[in-house]
This record gives sequence, structure tokens and C-alpha cells, in this order.
Amino acid sequence: MKKGILLHESSDDVGVAAMDIKAGEEVQAVTLEGAPVAPVKVIEDVPLGHKVAMCDMPQGHHVQEYGRAIGYASQAIEFGAHVHIHNIKSLRWAASSANLLEK
Amino acid sequence: MTTYSNIPLTGYRRDNGRVGIRNHVIILSVDDISNAAVEGVASLIRGTRAITHPYGRLQFGDDLHLTFNTLIGAGRNPNVAAVVVIGIEPNWTDYIVKGIAETGKPVAGFSIERHGDLKTIEMAARKAKEFIQYATELPRVPVEWKEIWVSTKCGESDTTSGLAANPTVGRVFERLEKTGNTLFFGETTEVTGAEDKIMENCATPEIAAQFKAAFDDYQALVESQGVSLLGTQPTEGNIRGGLSTIEEKALGNVEKMGRCQVVGFLKPAEEPKKPGLHFMDSSSAAAEMVTLCLAGGAVLHLFPTGQGNVIGNPLLPVIKLSANPLTIETMSEHIDVDLSGMLRFDFNLDGAADRTLEVMAHTINGRLTNAEALRHDEFVITKLYRSA
Repeated sequence: MKKGILLHESSDDVGVAAMDIKAGEEVQAVTLEGAPVAPVKVIEDVPLGHKVAMCDMPQGHHVQEYGRAIGYASQAIEFGAHVHIHNIKSLRWAASSANLLEK
Repeated sequence: MTTYSNIPLTGYRRDNGRVGIRNHVIILSVDDISNAAVEGVASLIRGTRAITHPYGRLQFGDDLHLTFNTLIGAGRNPNVAAVVVIGIEPNWTDYIVKGIAETGKPVAGFSIERHGDLKTIEMAARKAKEFIQYATELPRVPVEWKEIWVSTKCGESDTTSGLAANPTVGRVFERLEKTGNTLFFGETTEVTGAEDKIMENCATPEIAAQFKAAFDDYQALVESQGVSLLGTQPTEGNIRGGLSTIEEKALGNVEKMGRCQVVGFLKPAEEPKKPGLHFMDSSSAAAEMVTLCLAGGAVLHLFPTGQGNVIGNPLLPVIKLSANPLTIETMSEHIDVDLSGMLRFDFNLDGAADRTLEVMAHTINGRLTNAEALRHDEFVITKLYRSA
């Protein structure tokens, strides 16, 4: 299976698309060290540099990337979904993404 | 054995034991109004380099100290063999000369008052000629990796920075920490959202407290201007690139520290006293931060970039790393280490670090970086507040 997602830590909840991935594609997720983690069936289009959910996450879940929380799920997130400002918010400053969009 | 570790390193060993990888003779302005004389000397004497700037008059307090510490630090840097200092007044000129002279390197000061530019240029040019002949006689000698002080700062970051270029610097730093190198990172405001990670990685609670005090101070300064960084991070460009929260952006930034422990906190332009990774309180503006690293004694700089920052420094060679395929394609003359292969799964983090260290070895040995070849000579003093 072709490699398509990079993970900072193998336990991360999200991986990063290393290429533009189309909905329905199944790609392999690997760590920066090159170790295979899991195949992922991507359920939405995810552009290069954007995040893909590595598991199902309930609303309120603290989403892990770099082995640390990068925010919380503002709605339930499905395995293989595109993870971005529509379904994840800052834990430190919950309004930061929203503020920016208002500008 | 990886390739880079088989490359023998050479450099210039200075009287104080520090190692430089360049051998510059600089003509250094104490103040803005001495720039004309400084440029006059540098244009007369082949191989010398004018270091000019717009400040140095009617500054006071911490701001004055930072300007002078930056000038003294640039002169002390081991990439510099000898220094001619030119200022309008003898007192301030002597102050800079004395700060540089502690290193044991040749340094001479000239003041313009009572002489005028032309007489000053003649006297200073005679000394500059003597210094360039001294410097060009110095041989490169074998040096070790641990003697190379390395700094880092990223710029024009995008998701490829956090994904590949910044972690590559982190892996390089982890290896250099083991060999006993002295290392610098900073960007006090840009780490907002990951400051807790830095604090957890500080070697002692005292260092963590010093870092936090500088961090809080910077936040207070920003807020005192009626501005909030929180509403501006991540930027629209960041979001388009895939970054969702300020924590995520900051965690990508601090990937540059790898798994290194922070063994020291430095004030802006301060020289570290021991090996290991140091956090320097610093602006996140590229040229200011790199100039502060120069003043702190770094001799080589790693600059990961996503969208393609073009910064350089006249005395501190800047190596640029990028994993963004579009940046590699459109701005290749600026990028020294192409890491786009990481996104094609051609090599992993260790392979990326090997490539970087190989470019570092050649740069140490005298190969010009892209920024050096393109004359990117940004020497920018951090100004703390307005002058009197």
C-alpha cells in the first residue's frame, strides 16, 4: 500500500497528509522515523499538510499531535476524516481560531 | 558510520580557544553617523567587510546596552579574525574596543571627532590593511564538531516546517547535544502555545522560571500596545496550509529543540557559559534573531523554512532547509538542504539529519551557503524602545 501520512508520534490521534489525498483512498501512515503505524481509509479529500484522524474521537476529546494536545474536538470526529478548524479548537484560547475568522 | 562524520573539519582557532568557520576582518560602526567612514575603509581595503547599522546615538538603559552588546558580540564572534571600530566619540568607541579585546583578537578603535571622516578613514585603513594581512596568514586547522556553536530559528513556516524541516533540525541538535556542542534557539513570542513544553524540558526550575519571566514580559509588552497575539495565530496562510490551532503551530516550531534539555537561559546577545541547548530571549523577526545569535557567539545557523525566507547574515553563515516541493522548485537558489524527499518517503528523519550534517560539514570547511553567495548580509540590531 502506498505511504501517504506522516505521524510525529505513533500514538498521535492525527497524522499529516504528505500528499493530496482523495476521499476513499487507503494509504499507509508511517512515523517520521519511517516505521509503519497503520493503514488509513481517508473518507474526505485532505490536501498536503492537512491532518487526518487516526481514530474515532468523541466531542471534547483532547486531540494529540507531537505527543501532546493541540486542541479539543469541537464535534465528534470519525477515523479517516479531515481534521481542521471546523472540528478542532484551541484548548489554550478557545476563541483564537474564531477570532481570526471574524477579522 | 554516516557520511558527515567521515568529513574532517577545519576552522580558525582563536586566542580565547573558540573556533570560527569564517575569517572576516570587519570595519564596525559604533553609531549611524560613522557608517560613511566605515564604508570608506571597507571600500579601500580588499577583503574587509563593513558592518553598519542605523543606531547607537541617544539610546539609554537596556536599549543602549543591547545595541552595544550586539556590536561587541559581533566583534567577539570567532568567525571574525580582527576588528576596526569607528565611532563619532572616543569614549563609546573605546567601550566597544575593550569588549572585543577581551578575546585577545586584534582590534583598534578610531573616533571621528577632531579628525573628520577623511583623516579617520586614512588612519583606520592603514590598520585594516595590517589586519587583513594578519588574517589572511592564519591557517585553517583541524577542529572538532563539539567546537562549533550552532543556532536555529525558523521563518515563513508552513505545515512542511513542523512536519519535516523543524524536526530535522531537532534531530541534528539531539546528535550535537551528545557530542557536547553549544546550541541556541529562541523566538520568545513564537513559542506561544508550547511554552509549557519548553518549561518541562528545562534542566532546573530556575531556568524554567527565567524562561517564563521573559515569556510573560514579552506577552505583557505586546498587550501594552493594545494587541493580542492570540487572535492572529495561526495566520490565515497557516490555516490554509493546514494548521488549526496556536498550540499546533508552536509545537511545530519547538520541534527544532528535538529532545534536548534546555541547560541555560540567555538574555538577548548573551554568550552561553557551557555546552548544551540554550534558550535566548529574542525577537522572532529573522534578521534580528540571527544577529542576536551571532552576538551570542554562534558560528553556524540552521534556518528551516516552508514558504521560503531568504535571510542571511554578514558574519554568521545561514543554512536553509525546506521540505516544501514548491519552494524547492521556485526558490532553489536559497535552499541549501532539500528535504522534500521526506514527504515522498525517500528518507526518514535520520536520513534528513545526515543530509543536513553533511551540508554543515562542507559549510564549516569553507563552502559558501546560498545566503552568503547571494550577498544576504542582514545585520539587524534589536531596538527595545525609542531613543531619547
